[in-house]
Amino acid sequence: MSGFEPKEMLCIKGLQAFYEESHILHGVDLTVGEGEVVTLLGRNGSGRTTILKSIMGLVGRRNGSIQIHGVETIGMPTHKIARLGIGYCPEERGIFSNLTVEENLLLPLVVKDGGMSVPELYDMFPNLQERRFSMGTRLSGGEQQMLAMARILRTGAKLLLLDEITEGLAPVIVQTLGQLIGQLKSRGFTIVLVEQNFHFAADLADRHYVVDRGVIADLIPRDALASSTEKLNQYLGV
Amino acid sequence: MELSFQTVLSQVMLGLNNGVFYAILSLGLAVIFGLLNIVNFVHGALYMLGAYVALLGYTMLGPLLGKPDFHLNYWVALIVAPLVVGLLGIGVERTMLRRLRKFDHLYGLLLTFGLALIIQGVFTNYFNVSGDAYDGKPESLEGAVNLGFMLFPKYRLWVIGISLLVCFATWFVIERTKLGSYLRAGTENPELVKAFGVNVPLMITLTYGYGAALAAFAGVLAAPIYSVSPVMGSEMIITVFAVVVIGGMGSIMGSIITGLLLGMVEGFTKVVYAPASSTVIFLIMVVVLLVKPTGLFGKES
Repeated sequence: MSGFEPKEMLCIKGLQAFYEESHILHGVDLTVGEGEVVTLLGRNGSGRTTILKSIMGLVGRRNGSIQIHGVETIGMPTHKIARLGIGYCPEERGIFSNLTVEENLLLPLVVKDGGMSVPELYDMFPNLQERRFSMGTRLSGGEQQMLAMARILRTGAKLLLLDEITEGLAPVIVQTLGQLIGQLKSRGFTIVLVEQNFHFAADLADRHYVVDRGVIADLIPRDALASSTEKLNQYLGV
Repeated sequence: MELSFQTVLSQVMLGLNNGVFYAILSLGLAVIFGLLNIVNFVHGALYMLGAYVALLGYTMLGPLLGKPDFHLNYWVALIVAPLVVGLLGIGVERTMLRRLRKFDHLYGLLLTFGLALIIQGVFTNYFNVSGDAYDGKPESLEGAVNLGFMLFPKYRLWVIGISLLVCFATWFVIERTKLGSYLRAGTENPELVKAFGVNVPLMITLTYGYGAALAAFAGVLAAPIYSVSPVMGSEMIITVFAVVVIGGMGSIMGSIITGLLLGMVEGFTKVVYAPASSTVIFLIMVVVLLVKPTGLFGKES
């Protein structure tokens, strides 16, 4: 690919994904530009989490095309995909209970230069420093979420896949997370958010993909959001 | 019956000597179970193979190479046997166990049990079932040391010392180092560890190799004490499985402590009522299973 640098950070074409016998994604197409914040909206079970897992290679079987910065990853093992510079924050947060807070923080491999240092992260999340020798799951839900975010910021990953990071958290913490995403965006991170909390997503994202029954049903740019409320309510069933 | 403190103490010391074998073998089982989620039934056979690498290296390697005076040195065997058996373990994981990862753990158990029977069967065919003595014990470990309450064989003291060192070093690496944090995380959620850029399949292979190497190491340590026979592994492994059940599957420190304690309990029983010494561990297992089915150090799941 001599010197050709695609501006798309993530480009998915015709993605199908399966868990054992169930066929979850039926041909998903989406692109995310460098520095963009994009959300995946949809009902529970529409396949949003599966899209993120498919990008990481964490589904049983997947085909189609997923390019990260122009590199085809559909045949790659998960650890190699991660090393292309992706930070993944799973829905259940994935804090390891057998590891201390600091061990959790240091677990993900540094994949690119330019990640935040541990002191920087402790500055950003002082609670984590205070509790760095506690076991990971002793933290409160909000602290666990901060830890899940902090540990992928250390790796230098520039593409962040964040699955339901506000789920079950107090409004004040959701607000902090919103500020954090805003900061990350201004630092040039590319972010794909799976969100249930539409109001949280609306303020942050450049574009919204609506996922329905394993396909992309709609694409709503930020400025069309107000005029699409009715349509969205129909998709989300709220 | 009058129990002199001295008799008790000396039997407990001898029991501790058995205990370190239980500890080192159940430790290997715990490490393998943690990451691979299989009960490694071939563990006893790997222990036996370790002893045979030492024995055959001593007796047959020289003639085979056309140098009848060559004997594989004990210290060299202590390094070579774990390497050979560790590599064998890596081969087994890569070619067989890996294919079973996505199925129920029962298949891994059956596969390793089958392997154990095959290895033991082949060795029974070619070697003396009643055992061969290993004559390679180094001269520096001949003789006995006066412990104050008894004269204890120097070699056995060495075995206790080095086994404790290996066990606690393994514990330290797993529980206190960065490398160990990958292992612990991999035990808990291997998929997510992959998503953090760690080559988990490689880690699994090396862990199995290390477990196999530990078993072989114990085998070489055992060679000068017990006779080397094709069935030494299967005899040992039955007790070790009881130890694992008592300690609780998957706990690293638990498997070490339980191994040591049960060895000593066995030794103590020899003084009190000798005929029960070979069954006492199984009695304890029954009681533990009734009272705390997850084992003494096991976590409720």
